[in-house]
Parts: sequence; structure tokens; C-alpha cells
Amino acid sequence: MADNSKIGVYICTDCGIGESLSIEGLEKVAKSELHVPVCKSHPFLCSDDGVQVIRDDINKEGVNKIVIAACSARVNTDMFDFDQSLYVTERVNIREHVAWTQPPNTEPTQAIANDNLRMGVMRISKSEAPVPNTTDVERTILVVGGGNAGLTAAIEAASAGYKAVIVEKASSLGGWAKKNYKGYPVKPPFNELLAPSIDSKVKAVEGNPAIKVYLNSKILQIAGEPGMFDVKIDNAKGESSSEETFRVGAVIMATGWKPYDASQLSAFYGYGRYKNVVTNVEMEAIALKGKIARPSDGKPAKSVVFLQCAGQRDENHIPYCSVVCCNVSLKQAKYVRESNADAGAYIIYKDMRTPGIYENFYKATQDDPGIFLAKGEVRAIEEAPDGSLLVDIDNQLLGKDMRIQADIVVLATGMVSNMLPDGMAVNAVTPEYVGELITKKTQDGDIQELNIFPWTLNLKYRQGPEMPHLKYGFPDSHFICFPYETRRTGIYAAGAVRHPMDGLQSTTDATGAALKAIQCIELTAQGKAVHPRAGDTSFPEFRLESCTQCRRCTVECPFGVLDEDEKGTPQAHPYRCRRCGTCMGACPQRIISFSNYSVDMISAMLKSLDVPSEGEEPFVVALICENDAYPALDMAGINRMNLNPNYRFISLRCLGGTNLVWVTDALSRGIDGLMLIGCKYGENYQCHFIKGSQMASERLSKVQETLGRLNLEAERVEQVQLAINEWDQLPRILEDFSEKLKGFGPNPFKGF
Amino acid sequence: MSDKKSILVIGGGISGLTTAIEAAEAGYNTIIVERNPYLGGRVAQLNRYFPKLCPPYCGLEINFKRIRQNPNIKFYTMAEVDNVSGTEGNFSVSLKLNPRFVNAKCTGCNKCVEVCPVERPNSFNFGMDKTKAIYRPHEMSFPVKYVIDSTVCPGTQCSKCVAACKYNAIDLNMKPETLQLNVGSIVYATGWNPYDATKMDNLGYGKVKNVITNMMMERMAAPNGPTKGKILRPSDSKAVKSVAFVQCAGSRDENHMAHCSSICCMATLKQATYLRERDPEIKAVMYYIDVRAPGKYEDFLKKIQADNTVEMIKGKVAKIEQDSATEDPILTVEDVLGGKKITQQVDMVVLATGMEPSIKGKGIGVKLDDNGFVIGDGQGAGVYGAGVAKNPNDVMTSLQDATAMALKGIQSIARR
Repeated sequence: MADNSKIGVYICTDCGIGESLSIEGLEKVAKSELHVPVCKSHPFLCSDDGVQVIRDDINKEGVNKIVIAACSARVNTDMFDFDQSLYVTERVNIREHVAWTQPPNTEPTQAIANDNLRMGVMRISKSEAPVPNTTDVERTILVVGGGNAGLTAAIEAASAGYKAVIVEKASSLGGWAKKNYKGYPVKPPFNELLAPSIDSKVKAVEGNPAIKVYLNSKILQIAGEPGMFDVKIDNAKGESSSEETFRVGAVIMATGWKPYDASQLSAFYGYGRYKNVVTNVEMEAIALKGKIARPSDGKPAKSVVFLQCAGQRDENHIPYCSVVCCNVSLKQAKYVRESNADAGAYIIYKDMRTPGIYENFYKATQDDPGIFLAKGEVRAIEEAPDGSLLVDIDNQLLGKDMRIQADIVVLATGMVSNMLPDGMAVNAVTPEYVGELITKKTQDGDIQELNIFPWTLNLKYRQGPEMPHLKYGFPDSHFICFPYETRRTGIYAAGAVRHPMDGLQSTTDATGAALKAIQCIELTAQGKAVHPRAGDTSFPEFRLESCTQCRRCTVECPFGVLDEDEKGTPQAHPYRCRRCGTCMGACPQRIISFSNYSVDMISAMLKSLDVPSEGEEPFVVALICENDAYPALDMAGINRMNLNPNYRFISLRCLGGTNLVWVTDALSRGIDGLMLIGCKYGENYQCHFIKGSQMASERLSKVQETLGRLNLEAERVEQVQLAINEWDQLPRILEDFSEKLKGFGPNPFKGF
Repeated sequence: MSDKKSILVIGGGISGLTTAIEAAEAGYNTIIVERNPYLGGRVAQLNRYFPKLCPPYCGLEINFKRIRQNPNIKFYTMAEVDNVSGTEGNFSVSLKLNPRFVNAKCTGCNKCVEVCPVERPNSFNFGMDKTKAIYRPHEMSFPVKYVIDSTVCPGTQCSKCVAACKYNAIDLNMKPETLQLNVGSIVYATGWNPYDATKMDNLGYGKVKNVITNMMMERMAAPNGPTKGKILRPSDSKAVKSVAFVQCAGSRDENHMAHCSSICCMATLKQATYLRERDPEIKAVMYYIDVRAPGKYEDFLKKIQADNTVEMIKGKVAKIEQDSATEDPILTVEDVLGGKKITQQVDMVVLATGMEPSIKGKGIGVKLDDNGFVIGDGQGAGVYGAGVAKNPNDVMTSLQDATAMALKGIQSIARR
């Protein structure tokens, strides 16, 4: 294809570019040095007239690779919007990154612009328009779990014209919601409890021809990729079990929650020792029997004490808050009072958490004088001879101790994600995946390996059978701004399995997950990536004949795209791919590339630079993340900040794509230092490809040993973590590194 | 892409953007209508999100990129909905497009600003600094187009900007336009305004110089804010040494807003980290009714508590007055647990003002509840609320909702 390619370079001279740079000089670089067949300049390239110049060249001259040397790639994208399936467009930033951050008409300023143009032409010459890999997809969604979230997801997907299959391990649909006596109000007026509504959802599912339900079933395996997951289930029929297989396009994991194991609360709260100490879940069962009676002897309860945060917000049990329990206790207090006007209810809390509209319910409940609310701590619970309980409270509102006699004590125990096998403590879950650490003996000594429990999904993925979790076993999105950003493309967690939430929120969440599942199927059909590179049709290609089975790519892919054969050769599942290029960066053999993004491309860009053979000032190349660092540089330009002129910036899809060969390419060319500017990593990582910047830093730690052997200082390569809004720090960051490099003197490979 | 009707999303904040983009990526046409000259809404003004302390612009940048490369999405800024009629699958909507006075030819070069002789209070920064009459709302604003504030611009009699613009991008004679749309479904993602702090007479906002709101604090802490990230008190631009946060300012209060705004406790804990980061010696205190850090946010609360970033006192602030000599605010607080009255003098007070639905009192084509929120159920078919327009929630919960409403909007179209 390269034979047909014809590059056109278009230089815009305004917005101060022409006043700052020699356009002739740039044209000379394009024509004489880079032998670009078409090179033109225009005073207002983003005007209709300017764009027409390019269109004419496309139509008449056969230009199919368009280099726009003008403003940032982030602006005027609508003007320079040439059909991406036919043409490649490359934006060379000589406005924000050069004219607006450098003094006009100096040699160093011109040198940056010239180098940017060289790199842009090199990038485009190594780039081909990707051919979308369209495919047949199965427009059916697997919903794992038949509780409120699962039922909702199936109904909502079906309402948009898709099919759904629900796999439920229990013998009936409805989940926990089915075990509720009443619900708390979710809309005005807030003074009446709601009759349970889950039955209507169960009926809606059972009567919907687009939804198939498997009860008493569990998943044996999910293999494949978005658009084409092959699911094998064990579907118990009577005594015998039988396997069934079917294909789906996406998966929603709505496996819900389980109550915290209250037997852990025996010592302090007397649960299990005192018959009339129950959990909030057990209280619903008591109420469903028709009257609020003591479990010990069936006598009507005249006094019920609710102890909030029982085993919650507590490092020894559940460190988090389960969100729903304050509303649940208010609800239960209300039905205790409704069932017996003489009964009293006491709620002892740390903080009443009834956020948002639920404040109205809290307020309405406070109006009942028979419900007593106090901020306090439980000191002790004792059982009286008649089976009633004596609860000693430090009432912090009154500033004194008090004793309440209770017929029933209700412990507001919390929610545990069903990602966790039964009996596993939430505060001791292994990081990243739920499993156990096992010690393996090897010739290099003992190593610890994580054995991930195949518990729910049984994914046939090299990286393990279940979803990664963030903390406490919640397979949640790490991102505030993208709550469905999953690490397993096409598989979305919804409802209380992902973080504690109530029925209203899990209904919403499941609807959102259904949309994401549908969206993933539709984008897959078109060969397009899902978020964050939504719409990208490029695909990684593997030259497997050169693979050495080192397994780095299969280990490092943040999305589990790559499986392995027995030898360790990667087997790609391209529709799982999010196009970050982390595999490309990981590969020491450089066998992984995209048609428009490759190791060779960046190497060629590095080699195209006009590296000064002498001079006081260190010459630095910075590889930058295109989502955060590139805009940060734009902001420096918009604020007309002065930046060190001896830096050249190369944007990457993600720092995770950094291949170590670039370090050698750069330093062997006499470049004095290499900087990586990417997202913050660690607990609060900001990388939308999960670990890109962290991977880069781990790789760099290895190359630094190599540099030592070459008698080059390891500190010539440095990674900086920069958030998008920290552009104000850029001048200092560049100066600091430059000063440090000065201390090492020039790169000894300079001039070779 | 689809020949079916579009989904109209009213509001271009983070919820509206999410609804529109998620539906568009599922293959449907969407139209965003935004009142401001830029997209991004309230979160564009935030310095950081809790609990990760990451900048909202990181996610906005991705969303703007998704808009730029997706032909299914159209948007109108400076636009308002005038009228809605029709039924599910066939709504007629008339839009009023207010004049920007800057057309699509604007390149963002800033030459106009250099020559403009008139200044205006910068609304993006709550009036804490100024812009010219022609301005860019902020440096990361999208779309990258300047705008003229017609309430201060002298118009054609000045025309300095017109002369300075090489690109004929400024048109001082631009007039409001109307536009008729025919859409299949409508999602109201109209978001919120900070509750008007001047309505709480006892808290002194507007009279006591060094009382600010939590949203003003966000702008102060932002590197592109009025003080370039320095936290300075308004009266004398002195770096603060002591700050009091007053929770539930206007929320959980029958006289103001009955609802809890959900986010203010976490926002204050987050803002306490801004102080700690700038000067570990700053003394911060938070007066609260309940500390609401639901779910996994509890971890953030624990971290703040362990680090003693802010002292937390369960108490109701009765009044705030100004010390005439120092201009320090003086708070009178009823300490609930201590059972006594506290008087405290600090350098600055931050009111944790809550979220009032922007659509309150002016919903066109949609039913609102007593607090001004879009009612979740019980709308006519094809009409939905998303995000804080419907429920006062944090960003993540709002975006779960916004994604869900993308599907509801699609269902209204896919069914026919």
C-alpha cells in the first residue's frame, strides 16, 4: 500500500505562526529534506478556503496522507475531518507547542518546528488507514443473577430490541428483594412504606419471549470475546444436571450481595447467643410472618432497638458503609410502630446517612414520637432472665449513659459483594483478584502465586477466571467519570455486587449496564473499539513467526485480550482489545503493531530528529500521554508560558505503549535525556488504560540497569506523573530535568 | 447513522454529555442543548473529584474527544428550550439560540482579547476576577470559540475586536435565532446551581467579607482559577491560617432546601486536603449534622480522620459575624455533643452550600416535584430526567443514571 501513498504538507501561517517561524524554512524541510511531493502554506488553513486547497489536492493530485502543520490536534477537528477510511491525517502542532511557548524568530524556535514537521511526516509515512474488522455478532446479553439488578437488565435490554438470557443459581427469581416485607419510599410523599414490587418484574421477565431464564444454574465457562462469547452452563433439572451451551454478545454480572456473617458479631452484640438479637435481614422475615414478635417466645415486641453500623465502618469487620442500612432501620422502625401503636423503636447511630431525597423520609420518620433516634455507641448488651435484652448506650446527644430494655435488638449488618466466596473476610481480600496466595517451590526459591477462585463467571481468560476487583471484592469501575469502565471488555458489573447500593440505584445501574452491553455489541459489529478510544478501528497485529514466547504481552495487557497456547504464544481476541498499545510496548521482539501506530513508527520519528551535535543545553525527547499530557502542553501554550526549547514531544496513545527500544534509539542518537510524561499511578491511578503509566515505570526501572552497563547514567531517563490540569508545573519540570542532565555532561554517543 | 429520530438531551454538563455520548456510541443520533457558551457544566468548575483527587478535566477531555469523532452527536451551546410539544417518538421542540457574536471561523488566537477595552466579572470564577467583554470561558473550554458578553460590550460603536480579528470571526450584529427540532425522546439533564448563599441571612454571606462558598473554594484551588491555585481570603488576599467549613448550608433545612445534597460532606473533606496540601499548619474545622460518606467513601473519611486534616464537630452554626478590626468571621456554634455554645474566630469560612436543581420553577415539558427535581416516574412517555436534575447525587451515581437514561431514550425510538 505504501507505493500508493502521497503525502501533502499544509502549513498554516497565522495565529502568530508566520510571525514566529520561517515558513520558507519549514517548506524547505518538507520539500528538500523530506522530499514531500506536495507542500503548501496558507494564511488561514482552517477556513473553508484553506480546507478546499487540501480537498483539491486530494481530488486532483491524489494526496492521501495529509499533514497539517498548524494548531493543536485538539482543535478544528471538524474542519480537518477527512474520511478516515481513505485518508490518514496527521496534525503537527506548531502553534500551541511552538509559536505560543517560544520566543519568535529564534534558531531554537525554528528548530522545534522543523523537528515537529519531520516527526509528523515520519509518523504519517509509517501509517496506513485501518481497515475496519467488521464481524457478525450475537445480539443477546447474558445476565448473571436473577435479582432486582439482573431482572432489570434483562427487561431493559429486551425493551430496546435485544435478547437476554438470565442464569440464576437459586430456584426462583427475585433475589433479596423477594425477602422484603416492605420497601422504603423513593418518591414523594415520603411517609408511606411501599409494597414490594419485585413480583411485577419477575412476571415481566417470565412473560417476555425475548428473555430466557435458567434457574438452579451456574456458569461453567465463558469463552471468546465481545460479540461472540460462548457460554456453558450447568442447568440442574430435577436430580440430574445437564450442560447447555449458547452464544451471547455481552455479559452483565448482577450477582448481588450477601449479608455480612453476623456470627462474627457474637462476642460483642450477642448474636447467636441471645435469641432476640437478630439482623436487619432476619427482621424482614419476622415481619413477613405478620406480626413483630420475639423469636425466643413469640411474644409481641413492645420495644425494638436498632443498632446501626453493626460490624460496619469497622476495620475488624466491614470497613465501608453499606449505604442502605439507615433507611432500612427507619423503615423497620416505622413498621414496628405501625404493627403496634404502643411499641417503641430506638435507633442508635453514628451518623444518619439518608442522602439526597431520602432526607425527606428521615424527616417524616422523625415526626413520630415513638421513634427515638440518638447518636451513640453501644457499651454492652445483656440478656435478662425473661429473654429481653438490656442495651447500654452512651447517648452522645444527651451526654450520658442510658439503658434500654428491648424485646428485639436488630443489628444493621452490612452488604458483602457476591464476588467473594462465602466465609471470606472483606478486609482480607487479596489485591486485584479474589483468591488465595499459595507458595510454590521453584529452583529460585519459594514464590507466592495467586490462585484466583473460579466463583461466578469462569472466564476462559489467561489472566484468570473472574473479574478484577478494586477493594473489598467489589468489581467496580475505578473511575468517577466513567462508572462502566470495565477491565473485561463486554462484561459489565451492575447492582450491589459492584458496590453497596439500594434497590432504586441498582435498577438504574442495571439499566446503564444494559446500555453498555448493547453499545459494546454494536461497536464490535463495526470493528470499533469501546471507550476510551471509542470508534477506533485499528487492530493490533502480531508477527508470530518472531515471537519468543516470553509472555510479557499476555501478562501485561490490562484487559485480558491475550490468551496463550501451551508454548506461551499469544492468542489474540481482538474484540476484547481497547487499542492502548500496552502489548506493543511490552514486546521485546517488536512483533506487535497497528496499521497506524507501531514501534517502528516512533523509532523512525526519533531518528528523524536533527539532534545538535554539540552545545551546552541538553537535548531531550519527551514521550507524552495524548489524553492528559498533550492537552496540558496546549494549556501551557494558551497561557503563553515559556518552555525550555530543547525538548521534543512525541504523543503516545498511552505510556503503556512505551517500548524500551526507543530508549536505545534515542540515546544512541546522542539525545541527552528521555522523559516520559503520563498519568498518576498507584492507588488513585488516573490512567484510563488502567496501568499504562505504571507499566512504563516498571519497564524503565529495568532499562536503567542496561544504561548503567553502557556507562550512561540511569537518571537520563525519567518519568513524570502529570495530571491534565497541572500544566502550570510544566516549565519547572522541564527545567529541573534539564539542569539534572547538565550535571552529567553531554551524551557520549553524541555525534556518532 | 441511524435514520431514526434523535434523542434530545437538555444540558451539556457531565450527565448530559454522558447520556448523549453513550446513546450515540450505541448507534443513535443525539442532540445536546446547552445554555452556557461551553460544555462541561458544573464539573468543569471543580478543581478535583473526591475521593481520587483527580481533575474532572481528564474525563471531560475524553468526552470531548468522543464528541469530536462521532458524527451521531450534534450540540448547540448558548441555546435554550423555548417550547416542547408532541408525544413519544414525535416531539416538536423549539430552541432559542442566543448570539455568541463570534462565528465558527474563530481560531482561538486571543487577539480580540488583547484589544478589548471593557471588563466584566468572570462568572466562571464566581466574580472573583475579571475577563474582557470578549473572552474564552476558560482555557480548557470546549468548543474552542470565544464569546462576547453583550451586557457589557459597547457593540458596533467600539468594534476594536472586529478590526483585530483577521478571520472575520466576530459579528456584532448577530441576532438570536430560533430552531425547530423534531425528536423521538427528551432527556432533561439540566443539573444544578449552588444554592443562593445570600438567602441564609444568619451565615453572613455577602456581608461578612471572608465568607465564601464551597464552589468558590474549588475555583480558588484550581491552577486556572482567579488566584492561580492559592487559597487567599477575599478581604485582603492573605493566605489563610484557619478555615471553618459550615455543612448543610441551605440543605436539610425546611426553610431552604429540604433535601440533603449528598455531596457536601465529601466535598468538604476533599477541600480540607487542599488546605493541608498548601500548608500543613492551617487549622481546619468542620461543623456538621451527620458526616455522610456513604459506601466506599468511608475509606476517604477514615484517611482524613487519621491524618487530622480537619477537626469535626457535630454542631449547628447559629450565626456568622465580622470582626470589625480584623475582618475575620466570628462563628457562634451550638456544639451538640459538648452541649455548649462555641464562639470561634477564623480567617475564612466556607459554606458547604448545596445543590438546587437548575430547572426548579421553569420546567418546560416536564413535571417537577416540590423541591424542583424532575420526577423519576410519572412523566409522559419519552421524557426522562438524568443526573442531578432528578436526584441530588455525586458524579458517579449521576453518570450511572445518565447512562441508564441513554437506554430509556433509545427505547422510545427503537420501539417504533
